[in-house]
Amino acid sequence: MDLIVALILEGVQIFAVLALAPLLLGFTRKVKARALRRLGPPIVQPYRDLLKLLRKEAVVAENASWLFRAAPYLIFSTTWVAAALVPTFAAGLPFSGMADLIAIIALLGSARFFLALAGMDIGTSFGGIGSSREMLFASLAEPAMIMIVFTVALVAGSTQLSSVAAVMQGNVGLRVSLGLAAAALIIVAIAENARIPVDNPATHLELTMVHEAMVLEYSGRHLAMLELAAGVKLLIYLSLVACIFVPWGLAPVGSGPTAYALGAVLYLGKLLTGAFLLVLFETSIAKMRVFRVPQFLGAALMLGLLGTLLLFVSRSF
Amino acid sequence: MTGYQFDVAHMLAGGLVLVSFMLLYQDRMFALLNVFALHAVVLAGSVAWQAYIQAAVHLYVPAAIALALKAIIIPVALRHVVIQLGIHRSIETVVGVGPTMLVGMGLVGLSMVVMLKATGSSVDPLAREDLAFALSVVLLGLLMMVVRRNAVSQIVGFMSMENGLILAATGAKGMPLVVEISIAFSVLVAFIVIGVFLFRIRERFDSVDVQALDSFRGERR
Amino acid sequence: MQVGIALWGVAVLIGTGVAAALLQKTRLATALTYGASLFACLGILGASCQYLLAAPASAQGLQLPLGLPWTGAHFRLDALAAFFLLVVNLGGASTSLFALGHGRHEPAPGRVLPFYPLFVAGMNLVVLADDAFGFLLAWELMSVTSWALVLAHHRDPTNRRAAYIYILMASFGTLALLLAFGLLAGATGSYIFADIRGASVPLSALVLILALLGAGSKAGLVPLHVWLPLAHPAAPSHVSALMSGVMTKVAIYGFIRIAFELNGPPAWWWSVLLIVLAAITCVLGVLSALMQHDLKRLLAYHTVENIGIIFLGLGLCFAFSSHGLAAPAALALTAALFHVFNHCLFKTLLFLGSGAVLGATGERDMEHLGGLIHRMPLTAFAFLTGCMAISALPPLNGFVSEWLTFQAILLSPTLPSWALKLIIPAAGALLALSAALAAACFVKAFGVTFLGQPRTAAAQRAKEAEPVSLTAMFALAALCLLAGVLPGLCIDALAPVVEGLTGARMPQQSVLAYLSIVPVAASRSSYNGLLVFVFIVVSTLVTIEVVHRFASRAVRRGPAWDCGFPLTSPRAQYTADSFAQPIRRVFGSVVFQAREHVDMPPPGEPRPARLSVMLRDPLWEGIYAPLAGGIALLADRLNHLQFLTIRQYLSLVFIALIGLLLVVSIWT
Repeated sequence: MDLIVALILEGVQIFAVLALAPLLLGFTRKVKARALRRLGPPIVQPYRDLLKLLRKEAVVAENASWLFRAAPYLIFSTTWVAAALVPTFAAGLPFSGMADLIAIIALLGSARFFLALAGMDIGTSFGGIGSSREMLFASLAEPAMIMIVFTVALVAGSTQLSSVAAVMQGNVGLRVSLGLAAAALIIVAIAENARIPVDNPATHLELTMVHEAMVLEYSGRHLAMLELAAGVKLLIYLSLVACIFVPWGLAPVGSGPTAYALGAVLYLGKLLTGAFLLVLFETSIAKMRVFRVPQFLGAALMLGLLGTLLLFVSRSF
Repeated sequence: MTGYQFDVAHMLAGGLVLVSFMLLYQDRMFALLNVFALHAVVLAGSVAWQAYIQAAVHLYVPAAIALALKAIIIPVALRHVVIQLGIHRSIETVVGVGPTMLVGMGLVGLSMVVMLKATGSSVDPLAREDLAFALSVVLLGLLMMVVRRNAVSQIVGFMSMENGLILAATGAKGMPLVVEISIAFSVLVAFIVIGVFLFRIRERFDSVDVQALDSFRGERR
Repeated sequence: MQVGIALWGVAVLIGTGVAAALLQKTRLATALTYGASLFACLGILGASCQYLLAAPASAQGLQLPLGLPWTGAHFRLDALAAFFLLVVNLGGASTSLFALGHGRHEPAPGRVLPFYPLFVAGMNLVVLADDAFGFLLAWELMSVTSWALVLAHHRDPTNRRAAYIYILMASFGTLALLLAFGLLAGATGSYIFADIRGASVPLSALVLILALLGAGSKAGLVPLHVWLPLAHPAAPSHVSALMSGVMTKVAIYGFIRIAFELNGPPAWWWSVLLIVLAAITCVLGVLSALMQHDLKRLLAYHTVENIGIIFLGLGLCFAFSSHGLAAPAALALTAALFHVFNHCLFKTLLFLGSGAVLGATGERDMEHLGGLIHRMPLTAFAFLTGCMAISALPPLNGFVSEWLTFQAILLSPTLPSWALKLIIPAAGALLALSAALAAACFVKAFGVTFLGQPRTAAAQRAKEAEPVSLTAMFALAALCLLAGVLPGLCIDALAPVVEGLTGARMPQQSVLAYLSIVPVAASRSSYNGLLVFVFIVVSTLVTIEVVHRFASRAVRRGPAWDCGFPLTSPRAQYTADSFAQPIRRVFGSVVFQAREHVDMPPPGEPRPARLSVMLRDPLWEGIYAPLAGGIALLADRLNHLQFLTIRQYLSLVFIALIGLLLVVSIWT
């Protein structure tokens, strides 16, 4: 009985992340438009966009290979699996022991690997520019993320996200290393999701493109999957910030339906608050030029390394 | 003291180290002065918190001095100096930002090791770790003086060093008011003297880039 | 007796080598040589698997009356040797299978066929040897045969230079190992490992340093790695696979045998030395790999990085053992050994893939390739699997060993030493950095070689590799997937090895639910490769089903987006150097002093502008060039000794005689 309930909850989480991702994107665009004194598109517009793209025919370049056509499916499925593993409204779900924080980051890394290869498949300069810049940013963002994982794991005693959330809900207190890790995670989240100041998600100028350059050749259902994967990735990062640093409201194992409902409502609130703060940050800063981003990400790496170093030196940091 | 007070003290001291790193990262003059003002605000907060948890009322005075002098008056004055000198462009650092940050990390690690090994475990743990952070701030300020070419940014580095010394002194449970006032006045005097010299240097040599000034030294090497 | 079967396999290999030397002119020589090698390797592989999986078996020894009359030749098969025999022969079998198809591309089979089986035999003998003479003899056999194989295409001057540097470094390594064994034997005077094992060793720190110099230079540890990127690409492709994937592992076996088993108990500062060297090796290896556009040299530099990862695990094991923490030491050692196995699999696969590309196009330079995924789809798929495995992407095997290393690093704050407390986080950051850079490197390697449009006519004419070679590559790819999906089995198989060396083992993995792996405790962390794989497959199938049912299935082919300027030349696409340019600017300008120089013609001149990139190898210029210069200077000075008169020669003899008599008189 418990197992069936747990499996149902796991199923709810798996499909809820898919359903919430376009809502998150729509909300972000609406808030950004309002902050810039525009009306903006309706919040449900991304759902309509996805449906429209799904119904269109896919135009594929003449020399595209099987990798080009298979990559959107692989990118989408690895991102989706990673999203299913981050606790959103409940902790301790049956498959949460399958992959810990390092594995989640590595799954997002596989998605990026295939995206970069897809960018290089057609053999134009646009795809190359996107892939090479993306791999530059990844070469700094991933180590920063691993350092954040180390800091959090040393404080919480585990890399398993459910255990981390449980420890953080207890009295961990305000810690220097956690503050450093939070700052680093925010920087990495901005870089990985191709937001300003690292990359502009709404641009189509090749000099400023990173993510958009890699998906330039995609259309129709392939583009729909890639857009949805990008939304799910933003949801993953906001959920990570929520689960690690603001975990109150996560229903523990074996609670009643009210606890789960409360967890879901709180989770939605955390997502929307996170999106709101992200938009505030985006509208108050200009986009960096490309070779300034490694310094930005290097700062995140240094913050994570400093947090880890402090925890290695003394437990009370 | 309770764990909560311990944690906030740590956060403020760690925040001071973080702002020191931010000082190293800046390459524009106005941003540098703003971050220096933030440095002083965090220091004032840390000293005030120490005054609260140690119930040492006389420590509120150095906090107020730091806030008034270093967070408001000195940055505004330096802003005027910068505008008059016309150097509100980007700073060229001698070494790039990346290697500077790496060396900064090494200095933090070094000061951790030195302080936690030199003081035994008989000393209060909060004091030990605050001393470690304070030594890091001093070393980072010295690093800043070493890697910058511009004389104004070297002044900022010098004053952040002094902030680290104040943090160390307050963490060590009590510093006589007289010492604090004398330090503050000596810094003010040094600042005035350096400011005057900067204008004289600028008049003579048309630049405050200390690297360029080297070529005007009398003796040939 | 498995050790008997192994020795028979070695004998078959030696016989095959000798036969190939005699029969090199016959037409079937290639097929017979590689077929016999395949058969022998599979036999030894089977014997070692059987030994390793029948877990608590005791060590099997054998003594043959060969070699020195008072020592004979001792051979021993214990858990460590069985594991490394498995690694060696897996690599040997797959390269032999590959060469059955690929060998017909070889222009000079007479220079390759006799030495190949002897090379594999030498590697097997190093692992089986139980006394210092046998070990060093087999080590030298391995070095000399691989040197001969590097010189197989001797008309190319770069190959000749590579072979020269290789033989210098190999001789230096053997000298270091000789001195190490001398120190180890000095306690009892006996060179048999059984006698050395129990005795206490004086100067064990010096033994460690000598072992590090000797085995580390063969494995490719910085700063002794300079021969590796020159020699590994110069050899024929299947031999490169063996050298990179297998010979480096034999060097690691030598290091483990000497430092962990024969030497005394570790001191804490040894781990500091190992960890620092390992971290530097990781980063330098992968950054150098990113700067390359020769496919095989890129793979060779990448081997250096992976050796760094293995040594990082070994260093962590030393750190934990020297402080008496046996369980974390077992975890670190398991991570290192698992990475040995994984690296053998995917590096061999990648080198075989590059060999297939070389055979199909005649080109090693990525800047002349491109678009091969259309012409060689199966090779491309196998190579892609290798790239994914080496970039540590789940659910393949590279991720598991990296995950285990990270878990070992997370256990290390309990170490009391200050130096370790500062160095291990830095090493962890460098490991993470090198893993991310490795992914970038392999996106570049696969993307520029196989994707895009063909850059030269050679790439347009490429044909798929032979079916036998494809079988070898796909077998390795399947093993990569299996090791990633069933890591618990591999960890349990490694348990006897780890227990023999550290006295502890990781928790039993086979009793865990759903085949997860748990390094320390389930509440702490766990990973389930099989479930991750199943989830990915299921979600892909669900996505395909939903999309094909509810979305349009139409596909139209059209021209690529060209921004209104139809430039159909394949020269407009990204090259390997341009892909690496951002990383070169960020990292290379510090490490390699990379400078780009644009030579713009003045207005009016029609010649093209030229972009040149200058990279300086810090180790070559810092260590080897001054060393070579110093030796040349010394040799010049000593050259005068060749041109003395008879009287001067007689006086030299006289002085030497008087000196020796003085020594005898003072000392006795």
